[in-house]
Amino acid sequence: MTKKSRTLSIKARGLSNFESIMWLFTRLSALGMYALILVALIGALIMGARNHMNLADVMRWAFLPNVSHVQSTDLQSTDAWATPFWRLTASALLLLATAHGVHGLVVIADDYIASSKGRNVVRLVSIIFMTAMSLMGLWLIWTS
Amino acid sequence: MGLKRDVSLSAGLRYRGPAGYLTYILHRIGGLGMGIFIAMHILASFVGGRFGGTLNGIYENWAFQIFIFFCALFHAINGLRITILDLFPKLLDYQTEAIWIEWAVFLPLFGLSAYVILTTALGG
Repeated sequence: MTKKSRTLSIKARGLSNFESIMWLFTRLSALGMYALILVALIGALIMGARNHMNLADVMRWAFLPNVSHVQSTDLQSTDAWATPFWRLTASALLLLATAHGVHGLVVIADDYIASSKGRNVVRLVSIIFMTAMSLMGLWLIWTS
Repeated sequence: MGLKRDVSLSAGLRYRGPAGYLTYILHRIGGLGMGIFIAMHILASFVGGRFGGTLNGIYENWAFQIFIFFCALFHAINGLRITILDLFPKLLDYQTEAIWIEWAVFLPLFGLSAYVILTTALGG
């Protein structure tokens, strides 16, 4: 790659097709997930993680702020951890992570599967997998 | 759709790139590891019962915990480097230095976490 192409702005590189939009989505969703994990981490510290939780519990909550992730801690009440705010945060994290991850799996598969038919099968399976994981995850978040 | 590549599957798997290859392949292993873990975890919670319990037993094992923490931490830290360098392409000239910084952040964090997991699992 020449030095010139490196310094092209994102706009100048042309976000014309689905794969290049997904390239940007992968980076932006990563930033979004860092932000959501940080929000969950700060929230946990405000809600009493310092005195009632160990490192593993805090990590489990930060990576997905679902109330079932803090049920084995010393917290006296988990009411504050089961509010719609946390369910929405967890849902956003789940949907971002699922889309980011399933697209990542498709990128890996494309490196080893070159035929058009094979790639179509990969895409069909990935859409089914992504939908199933998103729906099961959302159901778990909103019913736990 | 897609590019036609005259490279066999085995040749693809044996590919060794130049600098940055290690972080590239560890990023993939980390992503795949987390994908497998999250799929297992959602399925186990959703299905429950004996099947869920068996899956729980696998990922609650300390060896799997160390593996999955390696996956999550490396993927997150390496992903942050990729994101920053890709969104500010001028920084790509400092890719090698960025990878050294990445290891300097990753190794102490992972070492400490693995130590905590191990002492909790084996020492109580």
